[in-house]
Amino acid sequence: MIGVDTIVQGVLLGGLYALFAAGLSLVFGIMRLVNLAHGDLIVMGAYLILILVTLSGLNPFLAALVAAPLMFGLGWGLQRLVLNRTLGKDILPPLLVTFGLSIALQNALLEGFSADSRKISAGGLETASADLGIVTVGVMPLLTFASAIAVIVGLNALFYRTALGRAFRAVSDDPVTASLMGIRPAHVFAMATGVAMLVVTVAALYFGMRANFDPAIGPARLIYAFEAVIIGGLGSLWGTLAGGIIIGVAQTVGAAVNPEWQILAGHVAFLLVLLVRPRGLFPRAVD
Amino acid sequence: MRYRVQTRTRAGHIAGFVALGLIALAIVLPVFAGRGLIQDMFFILTMLVLAQFWNLLAGYGGLVSVGQQAFVGMGAYAMFGAVILWGVDPIPAILAGGVAALLLAVPTAYFAFRLQGAYFAIGTWVIAEVTRLMVAQWKALGGGTGTSLPREATGDMWGVSAVQALFGLREAAARDVLAYWLALALAVATIGGIYWLLRNRLGLALSAVRDNTEAAKSVGVDAGRMKWFVFLIAAFGTGLCGALIFVQTARISPDAAFNVSQWTAYVIFIVVIGGIGTIEGPILGVLIFFALQSAFADYGSWYLFALGIIGIVVMLVAPRGLWGLFSDRTGIHLFPVQRRLVGRDISEGET
Repeated sequence: MIGVDTIVQGVLLGGLYALFAAGLSLVFGIMRLVNLAHGDLIVMGAYLILILVTLSGLNPFLAALVAAPLMFGLGWGLQRLVLNRTLGKDILPPLLVTFGLSIALQNALLEGFSADSRKISAGGLETASADLGIVTVGVMPLLTFASAIAVIVGLNALFYRTALGRAFRAVSDDPVTASLMGIRPAHVFAMATGVAMLVVTVAALYFGMRANFDPAIGPARLIYAFEAVIIGGLGSLWGTLAGGIIIGVAQTVGAAVNPEWQILAGHVAFLLVLLVRPRGLFPRAVD
Repeated sequence: MRYRVQTRTRAGHIAGFVALGLIALAIVLPVFAGRGLIQDMFFILTMLVLAQFWNLLAGYGGLVSVGQQAFVGMGAYAMFGAVILWGVDPIPAILAGGVAALLLAVPTAYFAFRLQGAYFAIGTWVIAEVTRLMVAQWKALGGGTGTSLPREATGDMWGVSAVQALFGLREAAARDVLAYWLALALAVATIGGIYWLLRNRLGLALSAVRDNTEAAKSVGVDAGRMKWFVFLIAAFGTGLCGALIFVQTARISPDAAFNVSQWTAYVIFIVVIGGIGTIEGPILGVLIFFALQSAFADYGSWYLFALGIIGIVVMLVAPRGLWGLFSDRTGIHLFPVQRRLVGRDISEGET
């Protein structure tokens, strides 16, 4: 009943959850901002890719490439015009503003695209499978997982090997001191949200090709992303991947036992980790 | 004694008398009001109770919860459970709803207090989801599709026949009147209780913890205990209110009882637009919310879109809400909780 197959499917699903979570983790790590609209932004990204595919007949992967700069610009503007004004010691303004954004986005999408569920068609790729010896897996989940690893490797390289990454780490540690060294925190924060939106675009691409989506399902994606971040430990991107895998495996195993328990099993796994290791499995940041 | 610390103000006195008058008017309202108005008032009063408790949590306790629907749903389901499984009358079963929400709050706080700041918000949301999914497995109460209160339970409900005889109403309308009176009592008790709490030593400790946890600890306030206290009180009150709401609707489903937009998003909107961290704020907020709802609810999702945008704009432009703006300009506090130093020397400006 619960075989290697279930576990492998869970691990691959975990890759998708890590993609959901990486953007959230990045923004939180740099400016201690929890974006409650993160899930809705993923859903919005999926609709954007869907429009591009439908209008131009582009391949979804190319459409995501077109969508990426748009999403980056949106993230940059959102941070610069709205979210930067909410940053400070008080945690209320950012939470309430992003919560308002979440409600507004959901309803704007509902008005624009109706409540019907949609899907980005990926042609033959959807049904293609690869034989890994012990199990046969879909090419799509495999590609999702590989992309999650690529995104994490890429973000780590950005963080530790580029001037922008250095600025990210500097403003994360101490924005005031960083600004004395010629870094403009407002600009760096906007860049960070822009980069997070690039990750959101990748997440939206695989999310939209994998299953049906509708305007109302953003908050659930936010919750999975959040669980993956907390399980992994704040500040560790590889930990976030591990967190995503734990949620994914818990869900597929739960679903194998009783289909009604799929989502519940993921949440229970999260609560168990929170009980045993309140700071996550691989904690790094102290906050 | 030349100096005194006092919280009383003249506006507070006047507000007290006006409030007494309004309460008296509200009690006799069913004599001349139609069923529609009674139902609207029920909606306003129950949303006001939820808003006051969320404000107590977030505005005074610094605990921004996005999972209050857990307590609304738990209270409602416990009330249904007591009625359907144990044959309790729905009115005393409301109390069971409050107690069940209180019991749920203990593990919730245990888990959620491990999460700092903003993560606390999503943590409470996760627990609300877990509660919803578990309740949806409870087949005796209809599982995922929900159930209704049995006809015999709603028909024989305490006080319904008395209200029927008093006003000559039909059973369903009499139930609405009864629910309205209970909501009025709950709202008055909630506002009165929170006001009393904030003027008390506990309220002072609470404000101290909110403003600066470390400083509060250094003068001997047990910050951890204050958070537990506020969280449990808010859960109990929210549970009572949830149970009452579903006594009136008499039909329940997990999606309705644990609805994040209805029981948390609207409530947050009410508090934010009215003014967080004041007792007056949620009162003003619920009136604005009701007015917007009555005028624009037909626009469906555009209306909700606008609510989200209004919430963002208010938070950016006037973080302390409309009451905050008014209060800053005029210095008027209807429910004064600030401690002010007064004395002859200060008023006369001597050295």
